[in-house]
Amino acid sequence: MPEMNFIQAINTALAEELRHDPATFMMGLDIWVGAFGATSGLTDEFGAERILNAPISEAGYAGAGVGAAMAGMRPIVEIEFASFFYCCWDQVCNQAAKLRYMSGGQADIPITFRAVCGAVGSAAAQHSETVYSQFMSVPGLKIVVPSGAYDMKGLLKSAIRDNNPVLVFEHLKLGRSKEEVPEEEYLVPIGQAAVKREGSDVTIVAIGYMVSQALKAAKALEEDGISAEVIDPRSLIPLDEETILSSVAKTHNVLVVDEGHLRCGAAAEISAVIADKGFDSLDAPVKRLAAPDVPVPFSPPLEKFILPNDKKISATVKEMLG
Amino acid sequence: MADTTLSTDKLLDMYRTMQTIRQFESRVRDIFQEGQIPGFVHVSIGEEASATGVAAALTEQDYITSTHRGHGHLIAKGGEVKPMMAELFGKKTGYCKGKGGSMHIANFELGILGANGIVGAGLPIATGAGLAAKVRGSSEVAACFFGDGASNEGTFHESLNIASSWKLPVVYVCENNLYGEFTAGKDVTSVKDIADRARGHDMPGVVVNGNDVVEVYEATSQAVERARKGEGPTLIECKTYRWEGHVVGEEAFLGKRSYRPSDEIEAWKKRCPLITFEQRFVPDPFSQEEIDAVQAEVKQAIDDAVQFAQDSPYPEPEEALEDMFSAA
Repeated sequence: MPEMNFIQAINTALAEELRHDPATFMMGLDIWVGAFGATSGLTDEFGAERILNAPISEAGYAGAGVGAAMAGMRPIVEIEFASFFYCCWDQVCNQAAKLRYMSGGQADIPITFRAVCGAVGSAAAQHSETVYSQFMSVPGLKIVVPSGAYDMKGLLKSAIRDNNPVLVFEHLKLGRSKEEVPEEEYLVPIGQAAVKREGSDVTIVAIGYMVSQALKAAKALEEDGISAEVIDPRSLIPLDEETILSSVAKTHNVLVVDEGHLRCGAAAEISAVIADKGFDSLDAPVKRLAAPDVPVPFSPPLEKFILPNDKKISATVKEMLG
Repeated sequence: MADTTLSTDKLLDMYRTMQTIRQFESRVRDIFQEGQIPGFVHVSIGEEASATGVAAALTEQDYITSTHRGHGHLIAKGGEVKPMMAELFGKKTGYCKGKGGSMHIANFELGILGANGIVGAGLPIATGAGLAAKVRGSSEVAACFFGDGASNEGTFHESLNIASSWKLPVVYVCENNLYGEFTAGKDVTSVKDIADRARGHDMPGVVVNGNDVVEVYEATSQAVERARKGEGPTLIECKTYRWEGHVVGEEAFLGKRSYRPSDEIEAWKKRCPLITFEQRFVPDPFSQEEIDAVQAEVKQAIDDAVQFAQDSPYPEPEEALEDMFSAA
């Protein structure tokens, strides 16, 4: 099977979906040139009429995306960095998320928001956040966090075809990571977790880039005789509780790992679900590993200190099982 | 004035629409005060001409976005008073099955992309509806109602910039009623005429007497024509006034504190959109009997709407959990 990197997976998914449905079009900053390469070349095939280079005006063009979706189109809106979502919070949370419900289900709002997320190396607090956790408490949004090229392509295609607002978070650190991706078309359904590695002693639920760190940690733990199962939720809303709970029923121990902040974060929600619905399976309390509640710092040793990684994951697991 | 372009049928339709808005809003005010309507309501008595004149220049396929003071816009765009009134009551038979209420009525079949509870939120949405028409090559125009208050929001400038840069078929209609909530626009706004802000975004900016339905209709018709020809957006400022408070019953929390002089209110009442119309078109081409007949017919429709809303059932409590996601 041919290999493809994360960015190429995004690019291919976008091109396939723009081909698939003429109601689909794109808006975003710098997308003609493609700031990170994900949109490069799309103008050549689809023209500047469907690939719209937006002004630095998030509320304006994100809101225009919502309006276009309400008027029958299927826009794909790129918000360059996830922290820029704060500039169009109203358009995503008050408008896209709520208008279907508030209209009594009259309107479909088939809009996809894409944003780069996560700490990529000294980008400091306003270009390093994951942000998806904040959106998890806004009913009406679906949230997708792919961990590799295969899922990225299949989930983005599903997001674009979905008739609801879907937020897709693309971790920039995964940009060059390669995976086998089939040449024939496929979709990865939103709302299905993936068991990325089977194990019997502990479940590690990891989100986005942290999946790669959990898999590394699982390998190291194996040498110490600990068998770790790694679950990637792939979408946070809706959350595939069943896959997570059945893994916990098997291993009786669980660590939830997220690069986002600890307080009210994605890991907190997943932990609450496990405590609520899987308590009888547990041998020990659910453990969370996430970034401490400080803005992501600039200086390399500071940034490294706050971010979870494979070593912190394996150390935490050993502590839990010790 | 190009009054002659308007048929008498169309003129009388416009009068009927203004009467419907006036009577709908007056009744809503009264029954809200009786406690029949939950939440809070913003009525547009005194502003009937801008809603009516703009919508009269649109087709059924065209889009509008509206505001928290949106009942009039919706009626003018073809909204029926029965499901509107039922929505205000929170009843199952309302346009939004009781999930939206006064500030959030929408009807997508009529191109009504919703009233909106967030000041300035309709601007990007209308811009996007215009963008949809442009990207797919269809001929719809989006008219965007907003107030003087919204013209100080970032979304106003962001939307006008995008629509002008991309030559989108949007007509921005600022209903300048002089007050944003309880603050006079003149105290917090950099320009005297909101229409002047069009210049900063390289589009025509037009000031009209917002209480003259014909003047509003003519300015909108020109803007719509320009939009359909692909020449881009226009900003129309309708000078108008709301007779009632920002919200019905605001005295309850404002007490005796007042934010506008009573002689100002009285002066604007003399410029009533309905009286302006009657002075001009009665007895020629319309007889007083015709005008009276319209008023009686509208009164019956509003009576029926209130009865319909009162008789309609509430939604089942569990319906609160429905209408979240559309089937993928």
